[in-house]
Amino acid sequence: MKRLPFTVIAAAGLLALVNAVAGDGDGELSAAAGKVVYERVCAPCHSRGAGTDGASMLPGAAALAAKYQGKVSPFLEDRSDLTADALKVFVRRGVGAMPMFRQTEISDAEIEAVAAYLNAPK
Amino acid sequence: MAVLPPGLTAEQFAAAVRMFEDAVGKEWVFTSDEDLTPYRDSFSTVWGTPDERLAAGAVAPSSVEQVQAVVRIANRYRVPLFPISTGKNFGYGGPSANLAGSVIVDLKRMNRVLEVDENRHFALVEAGVSYFDLYRYIQERGLKVWIDCPDPGWGSPVGNSLERGIGYTLPYFRDHFGASCGMEVVLANGEVMRTGMGALPAAKTWQEYRYGFGPDPAGLFAQGNFGIVTKMGFRLMPQPEHYRTGKITVLRRRDLIPLVKTVNYLSDSFLIGEPVYASPLTALLGNGEFLEAATRQGGAVDAEMDRFASDHRLPAWQVELQFYGPEKTCLANWEYAKERLMREIPGAAAFEGESLRIPITPKQLENLDAPYPTGIRRNTALGIPSLGIWKIVSGDGHVGLFPIIPRSGEAVFEAQRVLGDATREFNLPPFFSAVTAPLHWHSFAFQMVFAPSISRSDPAHNALVEQAVLKVIRVAAEHGWGDYRAPTVYQDAVADTFSFNNHVLRHFHETLKDAADPNGILAPGRGGVWPKRFRSAG
Repeated sequence: MKRLPFTVIAAAGLLALVNAVAGDGDGELSAAAGKVVYERVCAPCHSRGAGTDGASMLPGAAALAAKYQGKVSPFLEDRSDLTADALKVFVRRGVGAMPMFRQTEISDAEIEAVAAYLNAPK
Repeated sequence: MAVLPPGLTAEQFAAAVRMFEDAVGKEWVFTSDEDLTPYRDSFSTVWGTPDERLAAGAVAPSSVEQVQAVVRIANRYRVPLFPISTGKNFGYGGPSANLAGSVIVDLKRMNRVLEVDENRHFALVEAGVSYFDLYRYIQERGLKVWIDCPDPGWGSPVGNSLERGIGYTLPYFRDHFGASCGMEVVLANGEVMRTGMGALPAAKTWQEYRYGFGPDPAGLFAQGNFGIVTKMGFRLMPQPEHYRTGKITVLRRRDLIPLVKTVNYLSDSFLIGEPVYASPLTALLGNGEFLEAATRQGGAVDAEMDRFASDHRLPAWQVELQFYGPEKTCLANWEYAKERLMREIPGAAAFEGESLRIPITPKQLENLDAPYPTGIRRNTALGIPSLGIWKIVSGDGHVGLFPIIPRSGEAVFEAQRVLGDATREFNLPPFFSAVTAPLHWHSFAFQMVFAPSISRSDPAHNALVEQAVLKVIRVAAEHGWGDYRAPTVYQDAVADTFSFNNHVLRHFHETLKDAADPNGILAPGRGGVWPKRFRSAG
């Protein structure tokens, strides 16, 4: 059976690191922790790959594809222009069909770690 | 946006907040507009209006002891609380309370899967565990059990079942509250209670025998406000060896009556999973002449609909059947269903679907290989949570109202006609037409879907939707169809319709509420049950 796009091996340990490291200047470690958060919180809607039941993309990616019409990649992992502050606006306020997310779902430190992951050299 | 709890001064609320901070940690108490915005209902018809139920704050305990402390503080200051699990519940109020000025008790941090037993087929989870979390726990350990999940996987088994949410596998498991078994609850006085066998201090069967001894209050906590549920057990489906699908079509409009009758037999005999009904004539709704016939005032004319079906060589109805179990059993049940339906309904046709060994492959999960267009959602049919369904959410979202109707073709025709006529004046998409199929999500009843879109920038549209929702609630009730669940702001309207014998049920709930929660701190108004102090106020 197909697993969901989570790679959560040792996730608990890495998540525990997030609050400690995000925003402290240790970009490499923050990016690693941010990858875990990204896969847990963001990837179910924004990752590459097919959506369900014939959809060519997952809903978040499809929404961005419709918005940008090919001018910008619909996949967040291709982006290097999303700062932590920009992510916080979308995450906390939502946009279109994307709902708002609370601190208990993804903390500010975790958002910063996700930004570090997205902006890390690929 | 700042809102205070009813009856509290800013100073009193500040004192309560300081105590909440002492109880759970300052970083887990939220009172700023920025932090509270995600506690608003983003699918709300009253967004940005004076009727929106804004929170005064939020507090996120991480343990049962912290929940107890929060409840005791709330009692001291008479702060209304509104518990959420993962706080999704889109279309039904999201994380928002029934009462403006409530403090949301956000249980998301209580996210431990406490036990999964693959031999006795149950799970015990904390309130903040999501379907994703539980699925991941099971997969990482290779356990041979399935969960039954709703469409989006970010919700929680506890929250969804307490809303009486539904899923998509076998009847027993689709009723998520019905498949729950044992709960732990923090009562309004701060005490911890366990239901069913959990009340036995040395219980060995908390998740296997739900009733215990004597009255079982578990039902009071579903759509209720008698406690904060912190743990809950759920029956799990043994992983089947095989999964098979097939489709039956029938030619004439009235053929729905015998089709439903026999599919009911198959379902209630535990031979099939969720039957997925549809009308192939839906493809003709773009044809103006057909649309007019299918939405005709007073109901569609059978002969007219049959003529469209004949002219376009389309069947009037279809049902997709799903079979779970050993491969031979799946095949035998499909052969039986086929033979019986084709014998009973002249012109019925059967189509082989897919036959898949479990676990399926990633390619099979994509659901691209069905030999005909299918309405079955592969993920949820196989208990695999995802967010793929979010593709159907357009604009700013929608509100959901699902009148429960009898499981018969006649009832479907009546609901199409009555609710179609009732909603015509609102110029919304035709939710109720001659091709509207029933949903067989619940184990033993049909539902019809009414889910108009909302807009966070168009209050006039929202006001129209509200009028339509209130009319559907009223007209449905007049015809004996109650709603199974409702957005927070419409729960009073739905509760008002359950008025048998001069609202005795409400009076009973109020009597219990006043006794169990004398300060009226727990989710005032949830399920239409208001504590005395708010009843007196208005």
